[in-house]
Order: sequence, then structure tokens, then C-alpha cells
Amino acid sequence: MNINHHLDEATLVSYAAGAMSQSMALVVACHISMCNVCRDRVYSTEAIGGMLLESLEPAAISEDALNKLLARLDEEPIVQVSKAEERLSSTEQDNVPAPLNDFIGNSLNEINWKSILPGIHYYDISCKTEFGGVSRLLRISPGKSMLLHSHEGNELTLILRGSITDEVGRFTVGDIADLDSDIEHQPLVDGDEDCICLVATDAPLKFKTLLGKIVQPITGF
Amino acid sequence: MKQGYEKRSGEDLKKPTTILQQEALIDWSDLLSILALKREKELYIQIYQHFAPKIKAYIIRLGMVNTTAEELMQETMLSVWHKAHLYDASKAVASTWIFRLARNKSIDWMRKQKYPDYSLQDWLEEPAENNNCGEQLITSDRMAKIIKQLPEKQGQVIYMSFYEGRSHVEIAARLGIPLGSVKSRIRLASQKIKMIWKDEV
Repeated sequence: MNINHHLDEATLVSYAAGAMSQSMALVVACHISMCNVCRDRVYSTEAIGGMLLESLEPAAISEDALNKLLARLDEEPIVQVSKAEERLSSTEQDNVPAPLNDFIGNSLNEINWKSILPGIHYYDISCKTEFGGVSRLLRISPGKSMLLHSHEGNELTLILRGSITDEVGRFTVGDIADLDSDIEHQPLVDGDEDCICLVATDAPLKFKTLLGKIVQPITGF
Repeated sequence: MKQGYEKRSGEDLKKPTTILQQEALIDWSDLLSILALKREKELYIQIYQHFAPKIKAYIIRLGMVNTTAEELMQETMLSVWHKAHLYDASKAVASTWIFRLARNKSIDWMRKQKYPDYSLQDWLEEPAENNNCGEQLITSDRMAKIIKQLPEKQGQVIYMSFYEGRSHVEIAARLGIPLGSVKSRIRLASQKIKMIWKDEV
């Protein structure tokens, strides 16, 4: 997979620290599972957590804790092979990254889309968001664009199928657009197939146009 | 440190009496790798005595009460035993791997939801290029030294992220600064830490 757009360093830190909402972390985890470059980067960022753990003053542990623990070691572990792991091999061709499997199953072709505007469909993911953010899949037809918007907070967009172009550049499968309030953009689907992307925000978007302002309360996007 | 494991049931394990003296020299990553192969409780106890109090301290810093922290520490240490075979010393030092287990246990519990993770299984996949992020044997004062080299404002956002689990938006609100400033501080801090690691290799 030829991935050209990667995670912002600040996003990686927040993810590695466990400091993200579930919806934002889902997009990050999906990108990492598709991108070797960011996988290496997350290892070295999690190492900051390891070093911080190592540098903590030890807390007092109750005296019987170790005995209790030793007594449990021989118990059968509750094997929780996550759905993601089960399906890992079967899904690659369909471009559903493993972490997303838990939420939508293993096919992008069996999603119960809802229509908002001609050529624009969405599917809300049952993922927890914060500060009025969203967690959803978008399916946009060729030649259509998302509404011009800017952000109060962060916005993560991961391309799962097709491609888009915006003021920042061209985004194809596996690419992530990691944007914040400094950026105002209007992504356009530039290929000849529908573009499907996974989007999460941690604050409501700000729309520039009247249509956007009317549609936003309905779509949240 | 109190050695609280004399009354273990049934098992006749040697007492690792010299642990404390040797602690500074122990390579925990080697030990964890050996644990994966040999499944020896003696080794496990050694790892427990070093990491359990730190895991608990981390969980308390995330805002959990004592009893919960104790419980989550136990769950984390149980995962260490059951998942040791997934540990790959070429990818991460022991403290990083254990941090990750503790982080996931804590967040899952705190938010009653699963923190999306690229699965541990991924660690067994093809090695990407050797990442020389510069993690080697870590001594506990090393991170403190590194953090001291950072400007205070940069250290602060790293602490708020890792120890308090605060998102960018929360940090911005708490410090009363724009989101963009939070992100650039975090970026600078992270890059600087990684730079220092590389220089130390």
C-alpha cells in the first residue's frame, strides 16, 4: 500500500498516551494497521509511556496481592480472540482495517447507508465521541465534494476506498488527513468510484456556506 | 520492599533475595522474553516486584481510587503472564509493552469501552525496518533526566497526556491556550525526546 499522508506527531502522542476519545482512537488504530511507517512511529511513541511508567515512584501494594495473583495464573485465560483478529486474514482485500471490524463487520459492501444530500451517504458508528464530535463512515460519489468547513477541534479522515483531493493534496486508500482548526478545506472526490472514508472529530465543524449551516444540525457534519 | 510471597501454595520457589541489589542491572526485556519461553513463576515474581508498584502508581495518577488501581494492576499483571508469548523484544522494551497493557486495561475500565488498538497480534507480523527509536536498557532516572531537558511547557503537555489521559481539546481548555499551541508543544516535546534517544544510542 502506497501511503503518502500520515499521522501528525501530536496525534500519535495522544493515541499512545491513551488520551483520545474512542472515535478518534479508532481512526488512528485503523491507519496504524494499514501503515508500516506510522506503526513504527507509534512503537517509539509508546516508548515514552514505557519510560514514564519506569520513572514513577512505586505505589504500595497490598500484601496478599501477589499470592492472589499467583493463585490465578493457572486459571485458563479467558481467550478473547477479538473479532478483529479472527477476521484479520479474510478482510484485507476488502480494505476494512481490523480495528473497524468490531464496529461494522468485514465488508464495506454491506453497510446500511443513509442519504443526506444527493451523492452523499453516511453511516454512524456506535463509537463514543467527545465534545460534540462525530464518528462515521461517509460515502461520496465521484465529482461530489464535502461542504467547505473548518474545525474547532481535530478532524481525522481515513480513506478506505477511492480517493479525494483537497487544498492539502490527494488522498488515496490508507492515507489519513489529520487536520485541525488551522485548516479550512473542501474535499472533492476525484476518481470514478465512490469514495468511502472513516471520519472522526472531537468538536463540531464550522461551515462556511448557508447550505452547510442549514444541513449541519441534521448531519452534524 | 516487603517480600510478600512467602506463603505461596505448593510451590517451592527460590527466594530472589538479591533482587534489590541487582535491580539496576536487570534487563527486564530479556527477562520477559525468557518468561515467555520458560513460564517460570520465579521469573514472573521478579517482574511483578519491579513493575506492579509502578503499574499501580500509573493507574492512580490516571485518577483511579486505591482499590480499583490494585484490581487493574492485578489484571495487567495477569495479562503479562498470559500474553508474554506475544512479547517481541525487538519491537519494544519490557516497560513499553507493560505500559501498553496497563493503559488498555485502565482506559477500558474507566470509560467502559474498548480503546481501539492495533492488535497485539500485529507484533508478530513482518518486521518493518528496524526502528532505532533508541530504547535500550532503561533506568528509572533516565526519563526524569530527559523530561528535565524539555522546556517546562513541553514537559507539562506530555505529563497531561500520559499521566492524566487528557485529550488535546481538554488540555487546551485546562491551560487556556489554543488547540494549535497544545499540538505544537506536544510535537516539539515528542520530537525532542526521540532525538535525545537517538543521540544516546
